[in-house]
Amino acid sequence: MEQIQTLNGVPLKKQIARALFKQKMRALLLIAPLLIFILITFVIPITDMLLRSIDNSIVSETLPQTTASLETWDPKAAQLPDEATYLALYNDLKLAIEQKNHTKLGTRLNYESSGMSSLFRKVGKDVSKMQASVSYKEQFLAADKAWGDLKTWNLLKLYSPEYTTGYFLAALDMKKTPDGIEMLPESDRIYLNLFARTIFMSIVITALCLLLGYPIAWLLANLPMRTSNLLMILVLLPFWTSLLVRTSAWKVLLQQQGVINDILVWLGVITNAGRLELINNQLGTLIAMTHILLPFMILPLYSVMRTIPPSYMRAAKSLGATDWTAFWRVYFPQTIAGIGAGAILTFILAIGYYITPELVGGTQGTFISNRIAYHISSSLNWGMAAALGTILLTLVLVLYWVYDRIVGIDKVKLG
Amino acid sequence: MSQSQGTQPFVLFDNVQKSYDGITLVVKSFNLGIDKGEFITLLGPSGSGKTTCLMMLAGFETATHGDIFLDGRSINNIPPHKRGIGMVFQNYALFPHMTVAENLAFPLEVRGMSKSEREDKVRKALDMVQMGKFGGRRPAQLSGGQQQRIALARALVFEPSLVLMDEPLGALDKQLREHMQFEIKHLHEHLGITVVYVTHDQSEALTMSDRIAVFNDGIVQQLAKPADLYERPSNSFVAQFIGENNKLKGIVKDLKGDTALVEFTNGQQAEALAVNCEGVGKPTLCSIRPERVRIGSQAGMYATEGKVIELIYLGDHIRCRMSVYGDDSFIVKIPNAGDGTMLSVGQTIRVGWDKNDCRALDA
Ligand SMILES: Nc1ncnc2c1ncn2[C@@H]1O[C@H](COP(=O)(O)OP(=O)(O)OP(=O)(O)O)[C@@H](O)[C@H]1O
Ligand SMILES: [Mg+2]
Repeated sequence: MEQIQTLNGVPLKKQIARALFKQKMRALLLIAPLLIFILITFVIPITDMLLRSIDNSIVSETLPQTTASLETWDPKAAQLPDEATYLALYNDLKLAIEQKNHTKLGTRLNYESSGMSSLFRKVGKDVSKMQASVSYKEQFLAADKAWGDLKTWNLLKLYSPEYTTGYFLAALDMKKTPDGIEMLPESDRIYLNLFARTIFMSIVITALCLLLGYPIAWLLANLPMRTSNLLMILVLLPFWTSLLVRTSAWKVLLQQQGVINDILVWLGVITNAGRLELINNQLGTLIAMTHILLPFMILPLYSVMRTIPPSYMRAAKSLGATDWTAFWRVYFPQTIAGIGAGAILTFILAIGYYITPELVGGTQGTFISNRIAYHISSSLNWGMAAALGTILLTLVLVLYWVYDRIVGIDKVKLG
Repeated sequence: MSQSQGTQPFVLFDNVQKSYDGITLVVKSFNLGIDKGEFITLLGPSGSGKTTCLMMLAGFETATHGDIFLDGRSINNIPPHKRGIGMVFQNYALFPHMTVAENLAFPLEVRGMSKSEREDKVRKALDMVQMGKFGGRRPAQLSGGQQQRIALARALVFEPSLVLMDEPLGALDKQLREHMQFEIKHLHEHLGITVVYVTHDQSEALTMSDRIAVFNDGIVQQLAKPADLYERPSNSFVAQFIGENNKLKGIVKDLKGDTALVEFTNGQQAEALAVNCEGVGKPTLCSIRPERVRIGSQAGMYATEGKVIELIYLGDHIRCRMSVYGDDSFIVKIPNAGDGTMLSVGQTIRVGWDKNDCRALDA
C-alpha cells in the first residue's frame, strides 16, 4: 500500500505521531510538578519501605571480607573478633573509602543504631593513618571506642546476609529452623490472628456503615432541600471535629463508669456490678470505627442517589411493582456503584486504621496497623514493620482484585 | 357523554382539591369525566396543576379532598401499583440498568407472567413501536425519539386500559414531535385505550385530542372539543391561551338575549355575542380571531374605521397591526390573494366582522 504523505513529503503517520507526541509532552509537562511531588514524597519512600522488608545487601557489598570473616565469629561468646577480622575490615574500608561508599553504609547502619553514621564518617580519616606494622585491632580500638564495642560487631553480623526472609516469616508467625520453615507454637502466634481480626473487623465495620448509612443517604437525597442540608451538616459534623476528640468522646461514653453504663444502671436495665464492657475490646473498636467511617460510606452513596430521579421508582410502581420490588429491582441496582465506592473507601480506610483501635481497642480490638506503628516507633524493627506493611498492602490489592472480579471496578462511581 | 346514559364515566374526578403546603390550593375544584376510549388532554400554562392531577390519578399524590373514580370504583385508597394505569413520563424513566427488552418485560414479570409469554408480548410491543431490533440495547444507547417509543411500548405492554402521558414529547425536536404525535394518536385508535395526555403545547393538544381540558389557576377553565375550544372559547383565559386573539376592552351598555352592546375605550359602541359577561355596566373583554376580521368592501355592517400601523409580509398572508376601537395592537390576518391589493401604513380602512365572531367575555 502506498504511504500517504503530507504536502511537505513527510509520511502522514509520522507527522501525526509527531503532533501527538508534542501534545503528550505538553500534557506531561502540566502534570509534571504533581508527578515529581508524588514520586518524591510517595512512590520512592514506599518502594524503599517495601524493599526494606527484605533488603540487606549494603553491608555485605561494602564490607565483603569482614562479613565473610564474621561468619565464624560467635556473638554469644561475648569476645571481640580476632585480628583477622580487623584486617578484613581495614581492607574493606580502604576500598570503600576510595569509592566513597563508607558514609552510605554508615547512614544505613545508623537506622539500626545511632552513632554509626558519625563512626563511619570519621573512619575515613582514621584508616588513612593506619600502618601495617601495628595490630589493626589496636589501631581501630585507639581510633574509636566503638570498634571495641560488642554491639557494633553484633550489628555488623546481624546485617551481613544480603537478603532476609526473616521479617516476612516472622510476620506470618513462622520461623526458620535447621529443618526448614515451620510455624511458631500456637501460643506465640500473634500476626496471623491479627491479620484475620483486622480483615474480619474491617468487613464488619464496612457492613455496619452500609447498613446505617444507606437509609441516611437516601434521606439526604430525597428530603426537601432545607431538611437535607441540615442533615448533611450533621453527617459532616464529625469531619469538623478532631479525630482524637471524637475517639476520646467515645471513651467517655462507653467506659464502664461512662455515660451509657451510668444511664443503663440508672434505668435499672443492668446492675451496678454488671456494668457492660463497651470499650477496650472489639466492641469498642467496632462502635467507634463505624462512627468515624460512616461519612465515607454516606457521601458516595448520597452523591449517587442524588442522580437517581424519583420518576424511576414511580415508573416501576406504575408498571405494577410493589414498593419493595420497585426498590429492589429498580432503585437498588442503580445505587450499586455508590455502594461499591463507599464500601471500598470504608474498607480500605478501616483496614489501615491505627489511632482509634489504639485508643479504644484494648488488647483484643487492635489492628495490624497498631503493630506496624509499634515496630516503627517503639521496637524500631523497621524491616518487620515493612514486612507487615507489605503483607497488608498485598492483602488490600488481592481484595481489590476480587472485588473487581465480582462487582467490577468500572462500576464504582462517586456521583 | 355516558353520564346521560345513567352510568358513570370511566374516569371521574369528583370535586378534587389538592394542596401541597396546606396554604395554597394547587388544584381548586377539579371535575372531569373521561369516557372509555377517549383521548383527553390537560392543557395549561406551567404550574397550573396538570402534573399534579395526573399524579393523583396515578396514585403518586393523594387528593386533599374529593374522590377519583376509575371504572366506577373510588381509587383514593388503592396504591399505585394496583391501579393498573400505564404511564409515560416526561424524561421517559427507562431503567438504565436494564436492556430495552428487560424494561418491557418488567411489568409482565411483576405480574408473574411466564417467560415465554413475556418474550412474546415484549416482541409484539417492540414491533408495535417499530423498535423490534433494539431489544438488546440499553436505554442510554438509544436516541431521544427511540427512548420515547420504548417508554410508550413499556406503558402499553401490560395492556392497561388507561394510559397517562405527562408531556411525553417535550424533549423532542419539532419534526420528531409531530411524527410521534401522529404515532401516539394512531396507537390510541388502534388499541382503543383511554389516554390522559398532559401538554402545554396548544397545537399538540388541538391535533391529538378528542377533548381538551384547559387548566389555569387550579381549575378547568373549559372542557371542550378542539374545534369548540378554538371557535367558542367560554372565557377570556381560554380565548387568549388558544390561538391568536384580539382583545377589545369595553363596558357592557345593554344586554338583549345573547347580544351585548359594548362601549369601547374610545367611546364607540358595537354589538357582540354575549358569552360570559356579568351584566350591564360591567367591564368586558371582546375577543375576535385575527382571521375573522374582514376589511374594506367585505367589512359588512358591524364595521368601523381602522388605521394601519404596521404590516408584516408572511407569504401566505399579511399580518396587519392596526388601531381599532382605540386598541393599537389589533391584529388582522389578510389572506394573500395575489390581486395586488396592498395596504399601506397610515392608511385608514373599514374593518368589520360577524357579530358572532366577536365574543364578549369576562374582563
Ligand atoms: N411536590 C410538590 N411540593 C410542593 N409544591 C408542588 C409540588 N409539586 C408541584 N408543586 C406546585 O404545584 C403547582 C402545580 O404543579 P404541577 O407540577 O402540577 O404543574 P404543571 O401544570 O404540571 O406545570 P408544568 O407544565 O410546568 O409541568 C406548582 O405551583 C408547583 O410549584
Ligand atoms: Mg408538569
